[in-house]
Amino acid sequence: MAIRERLSGNEAISYAIKQVNPDVMPAFPITPSTEIPQYVANYIANGEMDTEFIPVESEHSSMSATIGAQAAGARSLTATSSCGLALMWEELYVAASNRLPLALCLVNRALSGPININCDHSDSMGARDTGFLQIYAENNQEVYDNFVQAYRIAEHKDVMLPIMICQDGFITSHAVENIELLEDEKVKNFVGEYCPENYLLNEKQPMAMGPYAVSNYYMETKMAQNTAMNNAKKVILEVGKEYGALSGREYGFFEEYRLDDADYAIVIIGSAAGATKDAIDLLREQGMKVGLLKLRVFRPFPDEEIANALKHCKTVAIMDRSECFRGKGGPLGAEVKAALYDYAKDVKAFNLIYGLGGRDFTVADAKRIYEDLMAYDKDGQAFEEYRYIGLRG
Amino acid sequence: MKNTIEIRWHGRGGQGAKSAALMLADAAFMTGKYVQGFPEYGPERMGAPITAYNRISDNPIRVHSNIYEPDYVVVVDETLLESVEVTKGLNPEGAIVINTTKTVDEVTPYLNGYSGGIYTIDARKISEETLGKYFPNSPMLAAIVAISKVMTKEDFFREMEGSYRHKFAKKPEVIEGNLAALRMAYEEVE
Repeated sequence: MAIRERLSGNEAISYAIKQVNPDVMPAFPITPSTEIPQYVANYIANGEMDTEFIPVESEHSSMSATIGAQAAGARSLTATSSCGLALMWEELYVAASNRLPLALCLVNRALSGPININCDHSDSMGARDTGFLQIYAENNQEVYDNFVQAYRIAEHKDVMLPIMICQDGFITSHAVENIELLEDEKVKNFVGEYCPENYLLNEKQPMAMGPYAVSNYYMETKMAQNTAMNNAKKVILEVGKEYGALSGREYGFFEEYRLDDADYAIVIIGSAAGATKDAIDLLREQGMKVGLLKLRVFRPFPDEEIANALKHCKTVAIMDRSECFRGKGGPLGAEVKAALYDYAKDVKAFNLIYGLGGRDFTVADAKRIYEDLMAYDKDGQAFEEYRYIGLRG
Repeated sequence: MKNTIEIRWHGRGGQGAKSAALMLADAAFMTGKYVQGFPEYGPERMGAPITAYNRISDNPIRVHSNIYEPDYVVVVDETLLESVEVTKGLNPEGAIVINTTKTVDEVTPYLNGYSGGIYTIDARKISEETLGKYFPNSPMLAAIVAISKVMTKEDFFREMEGSYRHKFAKKPEVIEGNLAALRMAYEEVE
């Protein structure tokens, strides 16, 4: 019997952390993720979990300590946002290339400058090439569910990669909403014990971790990371299905909302999917065939699956909540368009930038996008290949 | 009653508007509703204008944007009337409640011709009489529940008593005062 609760996104992931009870959590505070180490520290102080909490002096240190603990053989995690993730940069690559399945609870926030504390995806999108798995959430429920699944995916012997569990800063992290929690025992049984094959504190098997790799070896390690990333696709689906049997909420690479017969579709990540769903229901009542693909897994990137889900659509708007300054669109736009080029060339796709630095995304915004997609298709109304929406009038 | 009730709170940093929105979400959750309670964040500091929101519904709530067309507005600090357009987008079939010593006629000129319900309440007086200090959020919470009827009076007082007993477990001496503040405010606008 699920537990009916009301929690913010930060409380929800902290509760999942408590239930998983990992071994080590080093952390340094940064808005809007600060509450996560706060809640965890409270749980530890109250004797509700026995994770070793390590306060450190920077995010470079928090990721370094997480890497060290994980390498030693401990199930480890940290939390951060925005510039905190940026300060971890070189360590992110170290975690991935050393094949350490640690978890990073990321609360998405814009990068400076101008300095801004609100949500966009520029932090995690900037880290898309680090070798971390990346899973995104629409709301507090999905953040909770994703964290419970995180170690099962990351620690799988065919994967062994660090995982980033992302949620939208403030929009999800600080909004109190209804949620269904699993009982502690169910979570513990689902996640299981961490039994690393190779770890530094194994005195029977002395080993070096993170040694220098000359040109004769470096390239193979990258190839191996990429193979692991590809392997993760199967594991993510298996774990998502098993979690569905446990909780009634099954997860895949993405959620399709009224997409199977849609002529016009939006591809979006995170909390803005909710407003899009409300817009879809309103437009469907007027007979418009509109739908949504809400991407959950960005690394590995499910390109063929996305293209197959969109191939019957006439026009598609790919929504990016970060800018990558290539002058032609954002990172999600580039990757979805590449997928369409390979598997569904006939779909006309546009790339829209929205929601930077916490700019709100409303039901009216989503409706207007669908109406524009239809007007382009039916009346030949102009639609820029790449544009910003929601700018000040 | 329409499917989702939307409420917007206007206050100043440090007055507890965000806490009041979260308490309302809590109480409504306890009566079986789907709820959202969230603040609009900027570079918050004591005294700066802040906004907080509630959605309360019988069905799951998906939208996560701010609320632009609220059914009800709560103004926790009357000095905001001169600087913030508090009635912006406000449903004419809804209402606004303002913490002030002024009468309805005295505040009406600040409300841009708003045609819905207008209520005033002196939360300072209630708070100081019942708590001995100025915490306007409890009286304002009771006022908006009485006006919006998002839950019954019995449900509200039962849940708030439980909530205060939990929240002030280490300061039980303030529980009675807070409940008295709720009661006075509720009955004043009822």
